[in-house]
Amino acid sequence: MNQDPRLAPPVRRIIPRQAGTVVEPRSEPAPSAAAAVASAAQPAVEPGVQSGAWQDPVDMPAPPRAPTTTHSNVVERMRLESVWLAYGDRWVVRDVSLPVRQGEVLALIGASGSGKTTLLRSLNRLTEITAGAARAGHITLDGEEIDGLEANDLRRRISMVFQQPNPFPMSVFENVAYSLREERAARRRRRRAGLPGRGPRGDQLRASVVEALRRAGLYDEVGDDLDRPALGLSGGQQQRLCIARSLAAGPEVLLLDEPCSALDPISTATIEELIVGLRESVAVVIVTHNLQQAVRVADHVAFMHLGELVEYGPSQQIFEHPRQQRTRDYVSGAFG
Amino acid sequence: MEWLLRAITISVLVVIGLIAAAILIEAWPSFEHNGIRWFFPGGDVDQQLKAMITGPQEPARYNWHFRGWPLIWGTILTSGFAVIFALPLAILAAIFIVEIAPARVRRVVEPAVWLLAGVPSVVYGLVGLLVIVPWVEHDLISKAQKHSVDYVVQLTGENVSVATAILTVMILPIMIALIVRALQTVPRTWTEGSVALGVNRWRTIRRVSLRAARPAIIAAAVLAMGRALGESIMLSMVSGSRGFAANPLDGATFFFEPVRPLAATIIDYAEGISVAPLRHTLYAMGAVLLVSTALFSLAGWAVKQPLKRYGIGT
Amino acid sequence: MEGALNATDSSTLGVSGARKPPATLRRSQRPRERLAGWPIADRVAWAACWVVGVGVSLVTAAIVLLMAVKGIAYLHPALLFEHPSAAVAQSQSGGFLDPIEGTLLLTAVGTAIAAPLGVAIAVWLHEYGRPAGLARATESAIEMTAGGPSVLFALFGLILFARPVLAFLSQTSAGGSVSGRSFLTAGAVSSLLALPLVVGATREALAQLPARLREASQALGKTRARTIRKVLLPSIRPGIAAGVVLGMGRIIGDTAIVIFVLGATLHLTPAGGLPGLSALRGEGTTLTAYVRYNSPAGEGLAPNKAYAAAFVLMLIVVALNFAVVRLGSGSRRKRPFARWRPARAGSAQ
Ligand SMILES: Nc1ncnc2c1ncn2[C@@H]1O[C@H](COP(=O)(O)OP(=O)(O)O)[C@@H](O)[C@H]1O
Ligand SMILES: [Mg+2]
Repeated sequence: MNQDPRLAPPVRRIIPRQAGTVVEPRSEPAPSAAAAVASAAQPAVEPGVQSGAWQDPVDMPAPPRAPTTTHSNVVERMRLESVWLAYGDRWVVRDVSLPVRQGEVLALIGASGSGKTTLLRSLNRLTEITAGAARAGHITLDGEEIDGLEANDLRRRISMVFQQPNPFPMSVFENVAYSLREERAARRRRRRAGLPGRGPRGDQLRASVVEALRRAGLYDEVGDDLDRPALGLSGGQQQRLCIARSLAAGPEVLLLDEPCSALDPISTATIEELIVGLRESVAVVIVTHNLQQAVRVADHVAFMHLGELVEYGPSQQIFEHPRQQRTRDYVSGAFG
Repeated sequence: MEWLLRAITISVLVVIGLIAAAILIEAWPSFEHNGIRWFFPGGDVDQQLKAMITGPQEPARYNWHFRGWPLIWGTILTSGFAVIFALPLAILAAIFIVEIAPARVRRVVEPAVWLLAGVPSVVYGLVGLLVIVPWVEHDLISKAQKHSVDYVVQLTGENVSVATAILTVMILPIMIALIVRALQTVPRTWTEGSVALGVNRWRTIRRVSLRAARPAIIAAAVLAMGRALGESIMLSMVSGSRGFAANPLDGATFFFEPVRPLAATIIDYAEGISVAPLRHTLYAMGAVLLVSTALFSLAGWAVKQPLKRYGIGT
Repeated sequence: MEGALNATDSSTLGVSGARKPPATLRRSQRPRERLAGWPIADRVAWAACWVVGVGVSLVTAAIVLLMAVKGIAYLHPALLFEHPSAAVAQSQSGGFLDPIEGTLLLTAVGTAIAAPLGVAIAVWLHEYGRPAGLARATESAIEMTAGGPSVLFALFGLILFARPVLAFLSQTSAGGSVSGRSFLTAGAVSSLLALPLVVGATREALAQLPARLREASQALGKTRARTIRKVLLPSIRPGIAAGVVLGMGRIIGDTAIVIFVLGATLHLTPAGGLPGLSALRGEGTTLTAYVRYNSPAGEGLAPNKAYAAAFVLMLIVVALNFAVVRLGSGSRRKRPFARWRPARAGSAQ
């Protein structure tokens, strides 16, 4: 795995920054990632959670696929605290608090209309461009309030893949190169990170595009002709193209909103495999109402019902020993 | 019912086809007598046209001599520049209406554009003639400039700049209307997908929405070109009504030199249409307009074709 | 059981407390355009959109205001009811009753021809459209007509209606030559201006009809023709009307056809016996031709009257615009979406 550094710059960059400047949370117990890292080092903490080993996950061998086991390199990246979301006068997400961690996949499950999509969209402030949406509560990324970040910078770091594949009406290549070409907008941020001010060009751009397509598992299928129209791909390929498009920007958190709901079983399996493989380099949040899928890919599961977060815990616990009656009903009902 | 409707459609189609045929046939004698030189420069067009009226009236001795370049050049200048100026303005205005303007502002701007589209061209001509022309003549053109060229042409407020400026405003609303429609139908999933990648709204509009609206932008340019080429009344009122080929080499003076496009010439000589050689010449001008409008449509169609490959347009 | 979680109060993490909703939403969450972080070029482009958008509105406002100020200054009621006369002095050249009548007459004839033809073509295109080649040819012909210069239509009309076969539509001179100029002929030519607008509006209205309307009617055993006449056409009436009104606007605003095919005379010149028909077969003029005639570009030399007539013209145009918006608000032209525009968030409890 010889990756272009551009594809995963945040991982290398953020750790030293946190080590240097500890973001001090306000008086309330809102631990930043730094705090989480610190607490992870304490003996009381479950041994699996520590920060030392994941500095360069790129070189790590992919762990065996065993979703419910904890990995050696898990760190909290985002934290939601008492998040409330409304459309107009109607609260559709009530008081949700959750951690989002790199190194594992978090699945949001729950019946339709329970507010999963809304919650996911609030994580990169897409709710701001939705008519009538409003939010209360704190969401932090590496200890920083997301409201304090420039919205577009934030969305580069926290990228979203939608329920319906939405490739742009361009060639496959242009779709993936899209965000790379738009790097200029993020020039200042990149300069701070010691990277060149502009996005990659020429051969370098091509290499980055190919790399992103490889990571999304699409290169073998479309690599022979990257100039083909993206809208001519199959549904599963389109969705993987959308994932590649998001990955090309080098996100730190990847949000997936029911990415397989429009796809056939084979495409679904491919994408699930891809998601599990990604969790080392990005924090992954996936919304699904397919419980089988949650079992297959998730390390932690959050069950939402009518806007409330009913239960959160390791996947195994949620599916085998749920604590809440409502979770038990939902899980068993769905399993038959 | 079906065959009745089809019959109506076919007859209208035949009439529209007849328009082209009739004009081309009526135009032919003028081209026949002048050959390719019809399009060349050579002498004073207005004198040539007047000579047709005053010349002998027996068919064998008709005065056919005509060199149309000044009029063609005037058409190219006014229509070409009007479309070039109007296109970016129309795109910006359309983006403003669809993507940027707050609801309250949009409620004012949108009807204003529709209203502008409805203003008759004779009103533009009147405003131009009574307001803009005097202003340009008195305040913008210097004595020295008038003096420098008064051995060939008289500089007045009726000139190529005023004509082009008013023409630009005239074709603007129709372009805006077409582009607005296209922008409104860009799927939200595309723009949202782009914003979710951290691309700001302006870049999203530019890279995704405008890209998807390209066929409409081309269509708007073609339609506006047709309008500009065919605009006769306003131009006959403000363009200086002299068949003079404004010369860019004259420097700043060029902007104040008169021009008269083909369509305006047809109107200006409407009264002489009963004189056979003049009539054929006027129809020849019409034929040039007809063919160039058709060529622009064709070009627009051709430009749109490659876009279809990536799923843009229909 | 996770360490990071247990490190904090478990009641605030992981599970909804379902407490009462917060009284106020965070101010920073108030949705608003934040351009501060954008590259300078993007901000400039954003500003340029504002400038152009507002600029276009200002141009419209300037034209309307100018017409209103001049119009109100020079328009007095007598002008509307006096016939024009050829006097040189502005004070003696009369009013513009004839041009007003002419405008109404020409528009009536033009729309009377364009409306049924346009609807027929649109219905055929939308409901039948076979053979496909003919449909495509029709579409591009209509498109060409929409972009076609009216002066070309005028030139064509002159040739067509000067044919002796069509002499009954206009007048024949003593020498036997057919003038080809009359309200009937000019109206027929003008209908070409309105035709594409009627076709477009009707097609669009048809396309927006829900499919179930058609299915329901056909399920009741009605024939296609009957469905079209009894179900489809009545339900798209506002759409058709909007197209017709737009077409009227184009006919009213045109001058080239009036000059060539109507004659642009000073007065209406009825010809023939029957009172109603005589005006139709005669030559005449309209407001647009009158404005041109009285502008410095014409021979009338009465700019004040040109302003007054142009003002009347503008009033008609504004009225038509309102009619289109009214008609359109029902079916067509839904307000452009609130796509990016977040609504007031403060209203959430
Ligand atoms: N843009 C919107 N405007 C108003 N209400 C919305 C909007 N989007 C979703 N909702 C409502 O919010 C609730 C939660 O929706 P959503 O987040 O999409 O749930 P899920 O993804 O779990 O199915 C639903 O009741 C839905 O009707
Ligand atoms: Mg959803």
